Amino acid sequence: MFADLPLLSLIVWLPIFGGVAVLLSGDKGDANGVRVLSLVISIATFVLSLGLYTGFDSSTPAMQFVEKSAWIPAFDINYHFGVDGFSMPLIILTTFTTILVVLAGWEVIKKRPAQYFAAFLIMEGLMVAVFAALDAIFFYVFWEAMLVPMFILIGVWGGERRVYATIKFFIYTFIGSVFMLVALIYMYYIGGSFAILDMHTLRLTHDEQVLIFLAFLAAFAVKVPMWPVHTWLPDAHVEAPTGGSVILAAIMLKIGGYGFLRFSMPITPDAANSLDWLIIFMSLVAVVYIGFVALVQRDMKKLVAYSSIAHMGFVTLGLFIVFQIWENPANTEGTGAALAVEGAMIQMISHGFISGAMFLMIGVLYDRMHTREIDAYGGVVHTMPIFAAFAVFFAMANAGLPGTSGFVGEFMVIIASFKANFWYAFLGALTLILGAAYTLWMVKRVFYGEIANDGVRALKDVNSREFAIMTVLAIAVLVLGLWPAPVTDVMHATVENFLQHVSVSKL
Amino acid sequence: MMENIYLAIPLAPLFGAIIAGFFGAQIGRKGAHSVTILGVGISFILSLVALNHHVFNGAAAYNDSVYIWMVSDNIRFEVGFLVDNLTVMMMSVVTGVSLMVHIYTIGYMADDLHNWPKESLAGTNAYQRFFSYISLFTFSMLMLVMANNFMQLFFGWEAVGLVSYLLIGFWSVRPTAVYANLKAFLVNRVGDFGFILGIAAVVMYTGSLDYYDVFAKAESLSSQSMSIFSGTEWSVISVICILLFVGAMGKSAQIPLHVWLPDSMEGPTPISALIHAATMVTAGIFMVTRMSPLYEWSDAALSFIIVIGALTAFLMGLIGIVQNDIKRVVAYSTLSQLGYMTVALGASAYSAAVFHLMTHAFFKALLFLAAGSVIIAMHHEQDMRKMGGLKKYMPITYWTSLVGSLALIGFPGFSGFFSKDAIIEAVHHSNIPGHEFAYMAVLSGVFITAFYTFRMFFLVFHGEERMDQHTREHLHETPWVVTVPLILLAIPSVFIGGFTIGDMLFGDYFGSAVYIADNHTGLAEVGKHFHGAWAFVEHAFAGPAIYLAALGVFSAWFIYMKQPDIATNMKNRFIFIYRLLDNKYYMDDINAFVFGGGSRTLGDRLWKVGDVTFIDGLLVNGSARLVGWFAGVTRRLQTGMLYHYAFAMIIGVLMLFAIGLIV
Repeated sequence: MFADLPLLSLIVWLPIFGGVAVLLSGDKGDANGVRVLSLVISIATFVLSLGLYTGFDSSTPAMQFVEKSAWIPAFDINYHFGVDGFSMPLIILTTFTTILVVLAGWEVIKKRPAQYFAAFLIMEGLMVAVFAALDAIFFYVFWEAMLVPMFILIGVWGGERRVYATIKFFIYTFIGSVFMLVALIYMYYIGGSFAILDMHTLRLTHDEQVLIFLAFLAAFAVKVPMWPVHTWLPDAHVEAPTGGSVILAAIMLKIGGYGFLRFSMPITPDAANSLDWLIIFMSLVAVVYIGFVALVQRDMKKLVAYSSIAHMGFVTLGLFIVFQIWENPANTEGTGAALAVEGAMIQMISHGFISGAMFLMIGVLYDRMHTREIDAYGGVVHTMPIFAAFAVFFAMANAGLPGTSGFVGEFMVIIASFKANFWYAFLGALTLILGAAYTLWMVKRVFYGEIANDGVRALKDVNSREFAIMTVLAIAVLVLGLWPAPVTDVMHATVENFLQHVSVSKL
Repeated sequence: MMENIYLAIPLAPLFGAIIAGFFGAQIGRKGAHSVTILGVGISFILSLVALNHHVFNGAAAYNDSVYIWMVSDNIRFEVGFLVDNLTVMMMSVVTGVSLMVHIYTIGYMADDLHNWPKESLAGTNAYQRFFSYISLFTFSMLMLVMANNFMQLFFGWEAVGLVSYLLIGFWSVRPTAVYANLKAFLVNRVGDFGFILGIAAVVMYTGSLDYYDVFAKAESLSSQSMSIFSGTEWSVISVICILLFVGAMGKSAQIPLHVWLPDSMEGPTPISALIHAATMVTAGIFMVTRMSPLYEWSDAALSFIIVIGALTAFLMGLIGIVQNDIKRVVAYSTLSQLGYMTVALGASAYSAAVFHLMTHAFFKALLFLAAGSVIIAMHHEQDMRKMGGLKKYMPITYWTSLVGSLALIGFPGFSGFFSKDAIIEAVHHSNIPGHEFAYMAVLSGVFITAFYTFRMFFLVFHGEERMDQHTREHLHETPWVVTVPLILLAIPSVFIGGFTIGDMLFGDYFGSAVYIADNHTGLAEVGKHFHGAWAFVEHAFAGPAIYLAALGVFSAWFIYMKQPDIATNMKNRFIFIYRLLDNKYYMDDINAFVFGGGSRTLGDRLWKVGDVTFIDGLLVNGSARLVGWFAGVTRRLQTGMLYHYAFAMIIGVLMLFAIGLIV
């Protein structure tokens, strides 16, 4: 049924034009119309994106649902979409999360609701386009455009220090992407094409590869974010409205991980191989150092932001250990490289659910108490027992409890990293202790104990809208944790092809 | 047919847990305990069916997957069951004790509302939630023991940890309870850290998570070595075994990861019996037994295990002597007995370890539930110094406690006697490095066990009645839902040891489930002298253990009943030792200072110095300031006054001239 439709274009443009329509309908009428319209658009987009899953041929690594037509013929820049096993799950994650974000802002956003919801819808379309774009300049345009709605969201609906946070966010990410643009243009000059798949096969010397790799690293490391270019994230999260934090954590960070898969590793495999120590080092620092930093945070959002950085460390770790897995002479039983990359992918999807849930939970508390300070809470379980049950569940997922999605990716990456080097596994596995420590210590201080103050005493438990959001996310976390096969199955062929490509030197 | 039964065994309690957990408000208290008891009851009966199928009908081990969780890199991650004689025994013990605890809980939690502040909404359905948790625990524990692969083992391992966390902190209003549950979870995570590395090592060197696949490669692993620090060579099998055992040290509370178990007594007593005595804490013992085909190839690991076990058995028993909280005495006793089991593992006497696990499950659950019965009668007073003379008020609790205590100290003929004596004898005949030390430890442990057990027994049930007037007036035996489980647990505490020792230890009960290398002859030596249970009792009178136990009981009676001032004198004379024991060797303080405080300080420094000062202060805002400063300087140049510009032009022209002249 979907086969004849330009599905990707629909998924990209429906929310963008829908968002414009919401914007135009304005704040003059009733806010309810705006919300319902936004919800309908986001659900329709999600349903369309499911067509990508049902129509997906998981036996081939080739791009599917490809659309291509000339955009700027003078430079051979094309309107070029397509998905494979990496981008398809991330697109569905995007459309799924947007629904929840729209619901999360329902009656909470009183200031300019039309503009608020429009920003999310437009951003959704742009993010899907980033994942689907197969032309480098096309990609770059969406990559930069995506920043604008987020910039506005934090700047308009943000907290007290929102100006500092937005500027920091914008400059950090913008400086990173400029280097990427230079690298893309350079490759166009020597290869004559902006098609990403052409760049994969472009022959480059080792020195060229190193420079291009570092340029990409500047862009993607900031996005992930990797230590030491992570400090924009806690600030951005703290100032962002709940929905903004959810999108930031659940989707935007994934674009960094996706960038390594789509650009860095296939285009510059030799540089990735010779600089893998650097990425592995940065990833392990993220897991351990950031784990300790998360422990001492007093602001819940900062804590979860640092937790995000630590969890994303497993993504980059999983991607860049593949070279050492191949080279380890002691690794005789199977390779483990596919395990590492699939683990990194699963970790991204799972982190989308869990971090989204964590930020939504904080939003639920913030909407009631208008503070995110851990010390301002205590004994919330006595006034919000249902909410507390969700909180403990998602906290356990964040701590990587088996049976939840948080376990799957970490488990795969830890097992795979042992095949590269004992110490990678050793440092990575510290997350078992650190992740549990910072998450559950927060749960203890916020939810357990005696009722701390009258604010907590007056709290009302979740309403049906909040309950519905939490339930949907809890189901997603459980299903992925108890049966990850449907997600891993769609990426096997892509991962295999990716590893085959990366393992061959371009020199 | 059997597949469906195996599947139903864990799913029945899970179903009960879901109903009671999600629909507790709708089905009410009665609905919640009915549905969970039904679930666990079904599970128990089906476990007996499975026991009959494997043990008495001699069916072969069942090993099959339920569903494929995921396949990645040709490694199958799956959920599946391995059911053999070892498994069915564990399943029967777990579901049996769980059923008793479920019934008992009806009585214990009946007036639970008192434990919650009036305004707490979490207290309203706490009763239902409690039943949901203990059924969920039963499910998790069954998944753990029935696993046929390492991933599912880890799932069950962590799931029981989760339920333990939820139950220790059940009374979430109490600061001590929510401290204890966090501590329990984190200390267990330290163990799991080793455990997951062990699993990763297994995958690296065997390419599989399936038990049988891995066991088949054990011999080849024993000849490989790996390098952890460059230039060193480590035996792969020893690394795997020790890493996995670190997990067992967390779950089965071995020194130095034992610190969470005494604090876990903050939870309601039924879970102390079920989780922190009978079942969950024995998961590590079970795991090592299950992995015997691996451990038998590594004498280094076995030696490590026997020393850790001996230290735990001896040092934790000593602490039991100075405790005044009735539950904590039983808790330290549990630690000490877990040490005995671990010693047995180290001596390659796996069947003796599991045998003691089984007898201990019954008599220790009994002792905990009896302690709970006392606590109910005493209106939730747990300090033994405020008890005494309860014998005449609570006859059933008294007699069942006596049975449990005798079983614990190894009174000849009781279940605990057979299992403990078998361990002592097996260690005596072992040839693993460290067994001499372990032998001394477990032998002196017999005296210590008898002493603290009967100290508790006498202080609670005999002597002067030290409670206040109000409590004394309300003292009476607890209701039938409490006493019936006590009686039902007392029966196996007496008899199960003598009935099963012949088959389980010296017969072929475990068959292929337990593997013992030919040179590890400890238990086989004991078996040579085994001529039936009665002869084993007679034989024991030739050894020292039985007299040490008698001496322990006598000392306890003499010191605490006959001459109470001796206790005070001893305490004053050996105040240093008393302080050391009373402070639990200061391990909690050291942990709180080094790990608790240390990691917070480290985190704080990394954050303030690394993130805030260096990255943000120096690099990010520093470069922003640099740009700002540069912009400020250039802005000052643009004053808008004509003569400034004219002056700059003249300077420029002069400089150009100058350059022209030089060049």
